[in-house]
Amino acid sequence: MENINLLERFDAYVAANKKIEPKDWMPDAYRKTLIRQISQHAHSEIVGMLPEGNWITRAPSLKRKAILLAKVQDEAGHGLYLYSAAETLGIDRDELIQQLHDGRAKYSSIFNYPTLTWADMGAIGWLVDGAAIMNQVPLCKCSYGPYARAMVRVCKEESFHQRQGYEIMMTLANGTPEQKQMAQDSLNRWWWPALMMFGPADDNSPNSERSMRWKIKLFSNDELRQRMVDMTVPQAEMLGLTIPDPDLKYNEETGHYDFGEIQWEEFYNVIKGNGPCNKQRIATRKKAYDDGAWVREAANAHAEKKAKRKTKAA
Amino acid sequence: MSSKKDWPLWEVFIRSRQGMSHKHAGSLHAADAEMAITNARDVYTRRQEGASIWVVPSDQITASTPEDKEMMFDPANDKIYRHPTFYNLPDELEHM
Repeated sequence: MENINLLERFDAYVAANKKIEPKDWMPDAYRKTLIRQISQHAHSEIVGMLPEGNWITRAPSLKRKAILLAKVQDEAGHGLYLYSAAETLGIDRDELIQQLHDGRAKYSSIFNYPTLTWADMGAIGWLVDGAAIMNQVPLCKCSYGPYARAMVRVCKEESFHQRQGYEIMMTLANGTPEQKQMAQDSLNRWWWPALMMFGPADDNSPNSERSMRWKIKLFSNDELRQRMVDMTVPQAEMLGLTIPDPDLKYNEETGHYDFGEIQWEEFYNVIKGNGPCNKQRIATRKKAYDDGAWVREAANAHAEKKAKRKTKAA
Repeated sequence: MSSKKDWPLWEVFIRSRQGMSHKHAGSLHAADAEMAITNARDVYTRRQEGASIWVVPSDQITASTPEDKEMMFDPANDKIYRHPTFYNLPDELEHM
């Protein structure tokens, strides 16, 4: 009886666009869904460092290297904001990391694609961070306070990521024919995976409706995907690059770009673990975690030693 | 073994510049207070957001409970006479 009353209050509260904070009562399913969503988001930031980390030592200039380092460091920071937000829901950091390592938790499928050329640093910033911003800006207004606040910080910082990526593409597109071709090749490889980042089509996204009612998802996958296409086409034109979709066409009636069919088979295949880099990404994460164990232990030992010294002195 | 234990959680407060109060920025894990400050510098002040950092062990914070919200805060609702606009004074009255 009590629970029904609480649930009604919760629903009314969320419907009125008010925020839920960690100690407020919330339905179990809301808590579980949020833990899954926020941790998946955090893992994406952390795994997302790997494809770019691949190019830090090979950046074409000191300036580009410093920028890429700063971007990757931001992503580590974003992962940490998000893990902290997930922890307010009553799950441990260690458990979250174990879930990633043993495959119970997912991360964005985009990071399972390889970064073959320097142009990929441009395409990732422009398209992948662009898609991420499209997803994240609405989440600044989501119903869960700590998640919304983390998203505000993330979005503020993400804008630099997209702009630096576009600038890399611009530089290549205005360079030698080979450089321009490199940019085009990169766009060809990243375009479709970037559109897949918005998730399955609406008629194939079973939990969407509930998440929208709970205001932890504010626009549908297809709505955001359409926005991404509409926004990106003129940007590609400005670069003088061609989006690899023969069906892409402006629709006078709707005021939007129509675009071709997404290869969902590929999407589900990558999610299942069979993308080009899935195994490598998780293996790298696990190795980093295991290799860092002695640092975590040493920090604990140092803290204990210092605490003991302090009690002795007192 | 004690060295395997998880680093405790800290709440981070940041003063954006002199003259402002410290404001809650978020939380993080660190083995001790000193490392918590260093981590907070890296996590929360990469773009000159801070002039000073406080870190507090999360388990040392005592908070009011959401269930007590009405009891705690509703009594102020009907005391509108605490606000200056409650008082009807002539428009000609100056400097008040």
